[in-house]
Amino acid sequence: MLFLPIAAMFLKASTEGPVNFWRIATSSVALATYNVTFVTSILAALMNGLFGTLIAWVLVRYKFPFKRLIDASIDLPFALPTSVAGLTLATVYSNNGWIGSLLAPLGIKVSFTRLGVWVAMVFISLPFVVRTVQPVMQEMEREIEEAAWSLGANQWQTFVRVILPPLFPAILTGVALGFSRAVGEYGSTVIISSNTPFRDLIAPVLIFQRLEQYDYSGATVIGTVLLLISLVLLLLINFLQAWGRRYDD
Amino acid sequence: MTTRNDRNSQSSRKKAQSSEKSWIPAILIVVAIAYVSLVLYIPALNVFIQAFSKGVGPFFANLTRPEFLHAVQLTVMLAAIALPLNTVFGLCAAWALTRHRFPGRAFVLSLIDLPFSISPVVAGLTIVLLYGRQGWFGGWLQEHGLNIIFAFPGMVLATAFVSMPFVAREVIPVLEELGSDQEEAAKTLGANDWQIFWRVTLPNIRWGLLYGLILTNARAMGEFGAVSVVSGNISGKTQSLPLFVEDAYKQYETEAAYSAAVLLALLAVVTLVLKEILERRTRIKDVE
Repeated sequence: MLFLPIAAMFLKASTEGPVNFWRIATSSVALATYNVTFVTSILAALMNGLFGTLIAWVLVRYKFPFKRLIDASIDLPFALPTSVAGLTLATVYSNNGWIGSLLAPLGIKVSFTRLGVWVAMVFISLPFVVRTVQPVMQEMEREIEEAAWSLGANQWQTFVRVILPPLFPAILTGVALGFSRAVGEYGSTVIISSNTPFRDLIAPVLIFQRLEQYDYSGATVIGTVLLLISLVLLLLINFLQAWGRRYDD
Repeated sequence: MTTRNDRNSQSSRKKAQSSEKSWIPAILIVVAIAYVSLVLYIPALNVFIQAFSKGVGPFFANLTRPEFLHAVQLTVMLAAIALPLNTVFGLCAAWALTRHRFPGRAFVLSLIDLPFSISPVVAGLTIVLLYGRQGWFGGWLQEHGLNIIFAFPGMVLATAFVSMPFVAREVIPVLEELGSDQEEAAKTLGANDWQIFWRVTLPNIRWGLLYGLILTNARAMGEFGAVSVVSGNISGKTQSLPLFVEDAYKQYETEAAYSAAVLLALLAVVTLVLKEILERRTRIKDVE
């Protein structure tokens, strides 16, 4: 179920021969899709690294109306099918959509551009940072902050020197999880993007297009590149989690 | 008099301090809510408003179209097969990984998450390479007249693949925390393996298992990428509900797309509500 399909893909890729593999993997269209996919994903993941930490902080530390509802709704991107997400984001951020129509006079087009791909990636990777940072924040002892205060640290110093360091591994783990999800995302991004090569075509969509053209070796080579990157990310995430666990003791 | 003055000035100083401090949380809360609204709430609200923008009549008219009904039926069938399959697999994997020590255990534990970290398109691609016409089993399948790719069995495989880890992931931590004392006690009292599972293990892991089932179901019904690769997306034949949404949108039948999207969004809402209820239940148990 799990190993056989992956083994099949690696074997199929290895029949290509290294020269051919390299040629397909680094063709100009493929390189452009890597650029769009990875740069946009990392920007989306970093955005959520910042705002996800903020949301987790607000949810853990402050009391305000509808807090429980907001907390529960953070998982919406996990529960909402990606094609629905793509559909509604494409509408809301299009030139005559609710948010898109406000941005259009400023000359900012979101739907059917690379910016739209970024918005979809922000949507689907939002819960990761919140959910990895939240439990760590809950376990942090306030006495340490109070100690910092009483020793004369101001709010900013307390935040940077006392609160941030133990949170850092969790934030990085969340960013890496979000990045990994954004890189592989297909459903929402294929709908909000115009899928034009060199502009907003992402790697998973390129694989899909190659398959539609019955170009199995093209699809396999790019698929193998993506799979290898996912494996590296999985190892990195495991490493980050182990690093975060150091603080437990 | 002096003491009252002192007290007054003290309390006003305290007030000044707290009001100075209280606008930082207020700003942070407003920024957080604004961000979540822009990314989550406005798009989510849009689904419902678009679906009912022309009133309830056209909405229900869309819901009775044959392609739509077929898509709903297909989605329910996919989940109905993937759910028991992954429950059995998840329980077996969780059991093997927590109750037995074997070489490479840590490696397998981290590989369980693999279906989450690889792109759904790549997952679909691997299934095509295995069962497609030129795939490993393609020749044998063709000789026996079996179609997997661009047919229902392929969609089942893709769905089961992407929703595989949820049950194992939720059950493993519960089993690990539980330890095997109770099971061993049952064994010394003469229970057989089957009895131990039904009477001891299952009641203990029921909330974790249910949580895993809810997540599996949501993913199985909502999967788009992997299913889209293997299904061929033939309307009325191999089109599940998420595929119907995209196809209708591409054909400029936005209303039909939103009618189907509402159904899937409701599924998401139900999933979140059930999740929240379960989380509260287990939290209460933790406190006890």
